[in-house]
Amino acid sequence: MTRAMEHWLRVPHTAFCPGCGHGILMGALVRACDELALDRRQLLFVSGIGCAAWIPSPNIRADTLHTLHGRAVAYATGAKLANPKLTVIVVSGDGDLASIGGNHLIHAARRDVPLTVVCANNEIYGMTGGQTAPTTPLGALSATDPLGNRYRPFDLIALVKGAGARYAARWPVTQPRPLTDALKRAITTPGFAFVEAISPCPTQFGRRNRVDDVTKLYDQMAGTCVTREAARALSPAERARCLVIGEFIDE
Amino acid sequence: MPKDDSAVKGAQGAGPRPEPQVLMGNYAAAEGALAAGCGFYAGYPITPSSEIMEVLAERLPRQGGVFVQMEDEIASFAAVIGASWAGAKAMTATAGPGLSLMLEGIGYASFTETPLVLVDVQRAGPATGQATRVGSGDVLQVRYGAHGDTCPIALSPWSVQEMYDQVIRAFNLAERYRTPVFVLADEGVGHLRETVVLHRDFELVARVRGNDQPPFGHPDPDGVPPMPIFGDGANLMVTGSTHDAWGFRKVDDAEPHDLLVRRINRKILDHAEDICEVDGRFLDDAEVALVAYGFSGRSALAAVKALRRAGVKVGLLRLKTLWPFPARQVAELGKAVRRLVVPEMNLGQVGGVVRQHVRCDVELLGQVNGEVIEPEAIERKVREVLP
Ligand SMILES: Cc1ncc(C[n+]2csc(CCOP(=O)(O)OP(=O)(O)O)c2C)c(N)n1
Ligand SMILES: [Mg+2]
Repeated sequence: MTRAMEHWLRVPHTAFCPGCGHGILMGALVRACDELALDRRQLLFVSGIGCAAWIPSPNIRADTLHTLHGRAVAYATGAKLANPKLTVIVVSGDGDLASIGGNHLIHAARRDVPLTVVCANNEIYGMTGGQTAPTTPLGALSATDPLGNRYRPFDLIALVKGAGARYAARWPVTQPRPLTDALKRAITTPGFAFVEAISPCPTQFGRRNRVDDVTKLYDQMAGTCVTREAARALSPAERARCLVIGEFIDE
Repeated sequence: MPKDDSAVKGAQGAGPRPEPQVLMGNYAAAEGALAAGCGFYAGYPITPSSEIMEVLAERLPRQGGVFVQMEDEIASFAAVIGASWAGAKAMTATAGPGLSLMLEGIGYASFTETPLVLVDVQRAGPATGQATRVGSGDVLQVRYGAHGDTCPIALSPWSVQEMYDQVIRAFNLAERYRTPVFVLADEGVGHLRETVVLHRDFELVARVRGNDQPPFGHPDPDGVPPMPIFGDGANLMVTGSTHDAWGFRKVDDAEPHDLLVRRINRKILDHAEDICEVDGRFLDDAEVALVAYGFSGRSALAAVKALRRAGVKVGLLRLKTLWPFPARQVAELGKAVRRLVVPEMNLGQVGGVVRQHVRCDVELLGQVNGEVIEPEAIERKVREVLP
């Protein structure tokens, strides 16, 4: 992150592990806020529990509400409805938003509460030691699936779109520019908007899946991210192993 | 969103004292919330509390407030906390099963020092129990349900009038002490219809804001810090993890944890004299006294009057505040009488606490059949245990 963005940060360093994608997402978030010239006095970040929940709290210099595991979207709903002038951005993990908090996620999308929900998806429970998440790919190894994950992951974009999200986008943190643009579009959407940032976790996911080199993990992740056009050329079986990236808006 | 100041004005438009009217207890609770300047309600339907949310669904938006029906009680409580930090006086209402779901949030609200009001209209538990029948089995859950050491405030109304008055008081205590406050009603009082005066003879406590002092620490070990709200420019850091005075997470250090846990408990316990209210009847010469609360207090008073007519020296101490426990008042009573009887709609939840504070005999009269305790049952019990 450039020094020009430092005024958005409260602390000189983060608690993220080396190679964690969450720091890149944090950079994209503050850049999006900066480019939109958001008034930090009216800006509220809400997060749940997990490594991803530490992206805004306490790092970002604005109001931050660090809540309970899974409940960030419900807290954010209360704050936004009570003071509609606030720009409310939820930042949390895949486990937080899609497992324990899945019900709040779909209901907020259904209600079309003007919130931006950003999911830092590392396909694992990072903070608690690498257990299976509802986003862990089929067959991937985890602390609770030592023989490989037996169950399909959620497609979070399809989930929130099905629940009525006005705007949804998915980008890997290796593409910070489109990710930042997506965050800006989400923040300016006059309703419920969702951005999924694919954010590798070398410590828990990489290590357990024997990808011991951080750059290799990033390459692997970039390889599974395909555009919609490229996805069309894939067989259903191939597509199931991929993450389709881009913006998902109803025309 | 109603600002605190406008809420204060709105509520204290003195004027002539309104006429008495007949209302259901749950309606009076909703009226109390409106009178106290409640600006936000989030909830999930559950018998026997739903009338509160139904009244507020209609009335709150007309008063400039926000009503939202959430997907469950966990979400309702979360939304109330979010709204409180966004500056609204916020509340929810529920019954036992919903209360159980809210527990994690209740601990969060205590630890983050978030003012809010929760009306629990108790029904016959455990589990789904008897949804339309009465009970008071949530008393200890409200006190000890959240993990870790917290010290909630809980009031106990015995009449429709007190549903109104105590909801208003609950909002005031919540703001004064920056803490969740329970109005621990029961189905008996919630669905009772009787006369109430929706008066304006009260002052409202406005939230103390301010960005120049730490929002989560206080020089006094029992002090209540000011509470800036989102949008005040305080760059607030609200977290349910252990935090220092400014809100920075301190998840490994012994001292900030010890300091914070002790302060959130002491700020309530050290002010028990301000918070605890009791109502004593026929106690001057009593040899036996009843300690009762909620709907059971009504039966207890009827029993006392009947026994007095028969010449029995019996009195009643009615607990209008359950938590913090009115320990001094109960201890003094324990010295003045020879025996205490505690009638309640559970198997001795408050009776057990009374025993911790007195040396005299304490007889329990627990009833868990989903019905209110009849005065005759209390009378019989008193006669049985007369010294
Ligand atoms: C009610 C509750 N259950 C479980 C936990 C333990 N817990 C903390 S973080 C976490 C998972 C976080 O995973 P995710 O949301 O994906 O975030 P990440 O750490 O991967 O960024 C869990 C299970 C908790 N804090 N609260
Ligand atoms: Mg995760």
